[in-house]
Amino acid sequence: MKKLITAFVGSMVLTAAPVALSAEATKELKMAYDADPVTLDIHEQLSGGMLQLSHMTFDPLVRWTSDLKFEPRLAKSWERIDENTMRFELREGVKFHSGNQLTSKDVKFTLERLKQSPDYKAIFQPFSELKVIDDYTFELVTKEPYPLLLNTATYIFPMDSEFYSGKTESGESKSAITKHGNSFASENMSGTGPYIIRDRQQGVRVEFERFDDYWDTESPGNVGKITLTPIKENNTRVSALLSGGVDFIAPVPPTDLERIKRDEDSSLVTMSGTRIILFHMNQERVEAFKNPKVRQAIAYAINQEGIAAKIMKGFATPAAQMSPRGYQGFNESLTPRFDVAKAQALMKEAGYEDGFTITMMAPNNRYVNDDKIAQAVAAMLARINIKVDLKTLPKAQYWPEYDNRAADMMMIGWHADTEDSANFFEFLTFCPNAETGAGQYNAGKYCNPELDALVNQANVETDRDKRAAMLQEVEQRLYEDAAFIPLHWQDLAWASKENVKIEPVLNVMNFPYLGDLVVE
Amino acid sequence: MLAFLVQRISQAFLVMFVISVIAFAIQDGLGDPLQQMVGMSVSQEEREALRDELGLNDSVVVQYLRFAGNALQGDLGNSYFYSKPTLEVIAEHLPATLELVIGASLIIVVFSVPIGVYSAIRPQAWLSKFFMGISTVGISIPVFLTAIMLIQLFSIGVTVSAFPEDTGWGQWLNDFFSTEGGLPSYGRGDELTHLFGTWESGFFSESGLMHLVLPSVSLASIMLPLFIRLIRAEMMEVLQSDYIRYARAKGLSAGRINFLHALKNTMLPVITVGGVQIGIMVAYTILTETVFQWPGVGLMFLEAITRSDIPLIVAYLMVVGLIFVITNTLVDLIYGLVNPTVKLTGKKA
Repeated sequence: MKKLITAFVGSMVLTAAPVALSAEATKELKMAYDADPVTLDIHEQLSGGMLQLSHMTFDPLVRWTSDLKFEPRLAKSWERIDENTMRFELREGVKFHSGNQLTSKDVKFTLERLKQSPDYKAIFQPFSELKVIDDYTFELVTKEPYPLLLNTATYIFPMDSEFYSGKTESGESKSAITKHGNSFASENMSGTGPYIIRDRQQGVRVEFERFDDYWDTESPGNVGKITLTPIKENNTRVSALLSGGVDFIAPVPPTDLERIKRDEDSSLVTMSGTRIILFHMNQERVEAFKNPKVRQAIAYAINQEGIAAKIMKGFATPAAQMSPRGYQGFNESLTPRFDVAKAQALMKEAGYEDGFTITMMAPNNRYVNDDKIAQAVAAMLARINIKVDLKTLPKAQYWPEYDNRAADMMMIGWHADTEDSANFFEFLTFCPNAETGAGQYNAGKYCNPELDALVNQANVETDRDKRAAMLQEVEQRLYEDAAFIPLHWQDLAWASKENVKIEPVLNVMNFPYLGDLVVE
Repeated sequence: MLAFLVQRISQAFLVMFVISVIAFAIQDGLGDPLQQMVGMSVSQEEREALRDELGLNDSVVVQYLRFAGNALQGDLGNSYFYSKPTLEVIAEHLPATLELVIGASLIIVVFSVPIGVYSAIRPQAWLSKFFMGISTVGISIPVFLTAIMLIQLFSIGVTVSAFPEDTGWGQWLNDFFSTEGGLPSYGRGDELTHLFGTWESGFFSESGLMHLVLPSVSLASIMLPLFIRLIRAEMMEVLQSDYIRYARAKGLSAGRINFLHALKNTMLPVITVGGVQIGIMVAYTILTETVFQWPGVGLMFLEAITRSDIPLIVAYLMVVGLIFVITNTLVDLIYGLVNPTVKLTGKKA
């Protein structure tokens, strides 16, 4: 592994002509995350960790700003030619780590590769083709009008087509994506990003070095070397920061927020996140859940604000819908509706005054405080005479149970890969359909074809305002129907040494743009 | 001797076989490895296709036979997470664990023998009572708690200001209880010396040794009290025996009696227990390595469990089983050398 990378870096130094550094990238940064990249192939897995790596070693066509707007990166500009086509102008003079120049054919290669990736396939399914107009102009064509074209373009990190083409010594295609076993791309890398991987020992550390020929000479980033150490244990990660062993850590566990705030040498940044935590009520398993009154009673019985304040220690934003603020579907008027008296009255109306017994399952190491949240919800349900038989499991065992819909109420956390409301509905509230894959994680078996149709309509509506109105209406009706029990959006937290200015490079997607990081 | 070894080797095979069967039997309870390999939004169809590719849809028996066939040729499969042969992954992580165990063992040997012997010879001395008291505390604190306290004290540092600062003694006490911190709290550092194969050693650089301090102390904290108590108890018993009394009557010097005649016999049971405890220490390394992010097999195993990396879990269990068999065999051999009255096999004397 090490040898391969060194060999690659060696050959790269020979081919790339030395050019003056953009900013004086002389600072060193030591950071600790809860995990390190699984692979070097950015298309092998769609996960927060892999996107973080992508932003360090590659650049997307466009990227999100901290207030969820688009910022041009490798695409200089774009314009809609017709309903189904968007034309992009590519930045000129961008070099890959291998020394090759970035042109439209690299983007085409990347899109084709994304469509092969099991993890990205679904996201790129709306795209029919990429038309290369010239070296620096191309058109993205979708099958139908697609409002999320730019959202999706944030996932296009152009890869070096020349570098990833051809065969390896053992005769395997260099562009192959393998989930298990080694592929060329999982051990070698050539992107356009601010950092090159100099050394990598899986599970121990990854060392990044600033790319001398990085195109973005206006980037204020001045970090020349980054060492990423995975520290899985929360306590140890915080200790590493407090003892000065590392300069930057994420995530910060809620129990240690105060401790870091009190430390004079450290600074803490928190942000309301976009991952919704919710409970599904399985209507197929429990007859009573078919009755909207019972579901509403449960919605009234749950104190989201209490959970956010007491269990999450203020480290969560109470939710009454799935879309977080900033998403098109976010509906300002929907607020948590905690009211036990009302809940009891609704149970009585529905004829379940004496309550019933249900089973509940939640993971105990997937989301922040997941098992404690489940216990609190169970206790709240006891007040409307619903007796809960709760079981919490480690995530490795939980998901198979989830796939089997093994309990009457099940917890899930969801982050929309497209940073868009429709994604929530498609996976969590659409009528489950094994053939189309709709409602894949709808463990409530809630089914309202009318709403599904509305979402599908929104998905081909390119007018932003009209689309937002449609999605907000869906949220409204799901709320009235109490289709599920939303709890909160988990907050995000990062902490660093005082001299590491992380705030400007952070965002709700949780991939800090470390290329722009300034260390004083 | 040869018969003994042959017997042990066949036992080792039996142990390996049983472990592999058990590991395979419980794998359904270990979770779905696919979950860790693909994103949440990947469709069921894609998952099924991958499952087929990995052979996870075959029956457990078919999977086991395939595994056993490969295992007989020395191939324990590929880790899902590392995408490499599991034995290679273990070989990469094993040196870190061995160094941790060596560090802890050194601490145990250096402290347990003198303290144990001293408190056996002078059971009534206040120092003996102090050591006994401390060892009771040490044995009852869980290893991860010790580790967290050590990190707070010696890595982050604590400032005590409970005593009045304006008085000389208060100032002194404050300083006495405050610690500077500064010892590394995670990992092995980046100044490792390559010895051979996959062995990167931390024993040859200051940074490497510093990184070793806290984890070794934590790991030793659970075993050290046990050994002190064991040595003390054995020694006291030996001191009561006839041959010691006879030596005393003969007028031998106390030093000669204690350290030449008594200590030798004291060490016999200590070696047996020690051998078994080193095996148990491998289990405790899991906790220590997790707290200190020590990149050894313990941490690797724990992560393999959270990732449902079944081939790696099975391989780890088999390797650990093998280590147990080997250490026990070695202990028996050493025991035979130290105590000539012990016969290794049941053959006629």
